[in-house]
Amino acid sequence: MKHSFLDQYSDRDSFSHRLDARTKLLFTLLFIISVVVTPPGGWFAFALYLTVIASLVLFSKLPVGYVLKRSLAVMPFVLMIAVFAPFFKEGEVAGSYNIWLWQLTVTYSGIQVVINILIKAWLSMFSLIWLTSTTKLTHLLHALRRLRFPHVLVMILSFMYRYIFVIVDETMRMKQARDSRSFGGGRLWQLRTIGRMIGILFIRSYERGERVYAAMVARCFDGQSRTLDSLSFKKADAIFGICLGLILVSTSVVNLLVLSQ
Amino acid sequence: MEEVIRIEDLSFSYPDGRQALRSIHLTVTRGETMALIGPNGAGKSTLLLHLNGIFYSNGAVQILGKALNENNLRWVRARVGLVFQDPDDQLFCPTVFDDVAFGPINMGYSKPRVCEAVKKALEWVGMAGYEQRSPHHLSFGEKKRIAIATVLSMSPEILVFDEPTSNLDPRGKWSLIRLFQKLPATKVIATHDLELVRALCSRTIILDHGRIVADGLTNQILADIELLQASGLAPEDTARGT
Repeated sequence: MKHSFLDQYSDRDSFSHRLDARTKLLFTLLFIISVVVTPPGGWFAFALYLTVIASLVLFSKLPVGYVLKRSLAVMPFVLMIAVFAPFFKEGEVAGSYNIWLWQLTVTYSGIQVVINILIKAWLSMFSLIWLTSTTKLTHLLHALRRLRFPHVLVMILSFMYRYIFVIVDETMRMKQARDSRSFGGGRLWQLRTIGRMIGILFIRSYERGERVYAAMVARCFDGQSRTLDSLSFKKADAIFGICLGLILVSTSVVNLLVLSQ
Repeated sequence: MEEVIRIEDLSFSYPDGRQALRSIHLTVTRGETMALIGPNGAGKSTLLLHLNGIFYSNGAVQILGKALNENNLRWVRARVGLVFQDPDDQLFCPTVFDDVAFGPINMGYSKPRVCEAVKKALEWVGMAGYEQRSPHHLSFGEKKRIAIATVLSMSPEILVFDEPTSNLDPRGKWSLIRLFQKLPATKVIATHDLELVRALCSRTIILDHGRIVADGLTNQILADIELLQASGLAPEDTARGT
């Protein structure tokens, strides 16, 4: 079966695409940290971060619609967590509701917390989408390895990337086999079938894991993961890293100074 | 003739108690192309896994004159290239290059030597230029070829294949057979594909219930219908099958 790539658009060519994966990875990390440590109400800082990441996306020849759509994908999860904040934060009361036995109070600072969480999550997602759409996943894995990220975790990510569609295909085949023999049945029956399919999928993946390990051992694998990579740190990387790093750091510092007064 | 594989009285049972191999005796000489045929569950794959030291029992298997033990596993694995049946098991790296380079890197080659080995191996199987592709986006036949390249890059002296033509269409199968004919190494091929056996292998052994029940010239073995029927390799009725 044909699937799209996990790292869609990463094979295009632009300034962002040409940067070294390590630069982009570290920049994204720094960006997210700067966003997260910005105190609530740091509108100036948020605006600047948005400008930075939006211009990066624009200069990367990524379809804007695609980036926006993807950036919203995580929002439901964030909302689920953030939605309770207005009710528990103390402060000036914005509204009070009596629902049967409960009295619910919503505070202004609570609302601010929600908006704050949403903005931070959205900006962070934005930067991650920029990272994964301008960097091939294989380069990202090399970058993680070079940056001394634990080998086991890099290997897990690498296997995930390699096998996710193999397992999706297997699931689809099982689903087709089920559908071609399935004639209704109650809800409970259907649930039971799905449960069995999940179980079988797990066992098959486990057995595949054993075969893959045998294939690795057969080629002299001894537990050490070694690869060659073609990452190269160029002048553009240095300039990009220094400039944007300084922008992020100075924004955070200015913001902290302004708010502490 | 120089013996490259020598197996003396090899028996093996799986942890669940199933006896997979019973008292196997086998020698293979250099340059030979040998077919290993037999019904499903006869122990073919288990025997292949012994040639490469994935399974090993004391001293029963000798490769290039050395008895296989835990101290020389790496040495043996560099000389015996094992190609698994499912290329999705064999190709586990995110790119073709990483996969073909996996063996040479593990053998401690220098970077230029690794690149050279990868290039040569991909040229052998006619897949040059596929280095940066992701295995998932290749066709089945292409994956099979790359899987073979992953062991060729280690320049092994013995090549061991498990069902190399399964699931391949006839065109893919015959181009694979032509590729095999060009490979100079000693080859052991486990298969159900008797066309492949006829085209490629001078010698055939039949494995059934973990035992070698026949060992001889391919022409004679494939002509012995009763022998093939006894192991379920030919149809039961008297009509001549394959």
